[in-house]
Amino acid sequence: MKHEEWKKISRIMSKRSLWMVHFCTGCGAMEMPPVMTSRYDMERFGIFAMATPRQADVFLVTGYLAVKTLKRVVQVYEQMRDPKYVIGFGSCTINGGMYWDSYNTIKDLSKYIPVDVYIAGCMPRPEAIIDSFLKLMDMIDKGEAIGWQKYRKYYDQYKRNQKMAFEYRLDEVKPIKEDDKNES
Amino acid sequence: MVMEIVDILEKILILAGMVTLGFAIGMLFNGIARKVSARIQNRVGPPVYQGFIDVFKLFGKKTNISHGWIFDLAALFSVSGIALAFLFLPVAGYSMLSTDGDLFLILYLLAIPALGFALGAGASGNPNAAVGVMRALMSMLAYELPLVMVMVAMMVYYNTTSLANIVAAQANMQWAFFIPIFFIGALVADMALQGMLMEKPFDIPIAPHEIATGPMVEFGGKHLGALMLYKMMGTVVETTLFVDLFLGGGVVLSVAQYGWLAYLVNFAVWFVLILIVFLIAVMIDNVLPRFRIEQALKFYWKYDALIAIFILIWIFAGVKI
Ligand code: SF4
Repeated sequence: MKHEEWKKISRIMSKRSLWMVHFCTGCGAMEMPPVMTSRYDMERFGIFAMATPRQADVFLVTGYLAVKTLKRVVQVYEQMRDPKYVIGFGSCTINGGMYWDSYNTIKDLSKYIPVDVYIAGCMPRPEAIIDSFLKLMDMIDKGEAIGWQKYRKYYDQYKRNQKMAFEYRLDEVKPIKEDDKNES
Repeated sequence: MVMEIVDILEKILILAGMVTLGFAIGMLFNGIARKVSARIQNRVGPPVYQGFIDVFKLFGKKTNISHGWIFDLAALFSVSGIALAFLFLPVAGYSMLSTDGDLFLILYLLAIPALGFALGAGASGNPNAAVGVMRALMSMLAYELPLVMVMVAMMVYYNTTSLANIVAAQANMQWAFFIPIFFIGALVADMALQGMLMEKPFDIPIAPHEIATGPMVEFGGKHLGALMLYKMMGTVVETTLFVDLFLGGGVVLSVAQYGWLAYLVNFAVWFVLILIVFLIAVMIDNVLPRFRIEQALKFYWKYDALIAIFILIWIFAGVKI
């Protein structure tokens, strides 16, 4: 009981103070400056851009990922401290977007690292980005943002997919098989 | 025997309360600084208690990657060092550990946590951290020269090396700030304070956009939480040092005369004064870009130190004639 309460408090704290990795991959990153600065001001919600992955909680993958970029993304993701959250940004991370038939971009980000929230759109408006952050906060509060636990649990599958992608064998990448209910 | 134990316990309780107060004010200041910067940039900004949330979140992180025991100890070293420096300073005319508050001792104590910080950064082995530490040591070398010269001038003027005596000599609003020569001295020291607080234009050591927060680059989770506590407490300690030197330490009522009321009023005045000094630093931070390291060195040694030497000569001449 007491442990539960502590968990709740720590969730409230981590929800109100999401530090973001300052690492922009695709063209969607163009929408980040207005979100960060005076017009939309995400610091209202305690969201702050940090300089290094070690210090960060949220990882925004802003757009398409070439295989080369995926290597860096995986490295950055693994450097972050748990609990960590990933937001997939734009249609490129969902199904490849306009790069759906490209030979060297990955199509579905969630096959390589666990994604907590997706934002649809090409590119999503700042309102949508803020909305996704609010959604993520809501999920953290309810204990639903458990991507980092999934990454530990299905580490072998994620690693296999990453390896396939790094060798450009993109058609051998399989969706992650989850056995049963995940709990936080 | 029992009385002694009660005495010691009481003292420990007061010390613990004081350290907690210092950390709490530091965290509050972090939030205030961010709020003020946001308002200057025409944003809404985070709530003022954001500093508390950030620190608690960092201590609640699940994994804490360590780079060896020096890395672990360094964070502790910084926090405990800065807490010790805080306890040696006269706060609102009330010194916790030493009744003298010797200025030289305090200068050394201020170097301890910075050293811990540097050790931890070195242990992490990241090249950005090494660059950051180099820059931190260089800027320390730069700003300490004018600061120490102004301090020596004050020591000569008040004929004491004890900060507590300097504070006592400034009772009844006879602040050093109102003496023309020390008004200039306060400006010089304020520039040095800007470097101490690592605010722009002297935030060279951490420079997030150049070297990815320098010494802190490999810190995360609880380690970063401890370092943030150190930085937050550092703002309180450094502004308190400035207030003690030039603004009478915030003492307005004498404890002998008014008792408990004096403590309350003095602490309130002290809080307002350090807040003002800190806000000035934050506002300068918001309107200036960052210096390069050699520009900072040039600024401190060419202009700041020159004025400090002038003050020093003036004081020596004034005493002798
Ligand atoms: S979804 Fe559109 S805007 Fe985003 S990275 Fe892909 S092509 Fe660019």
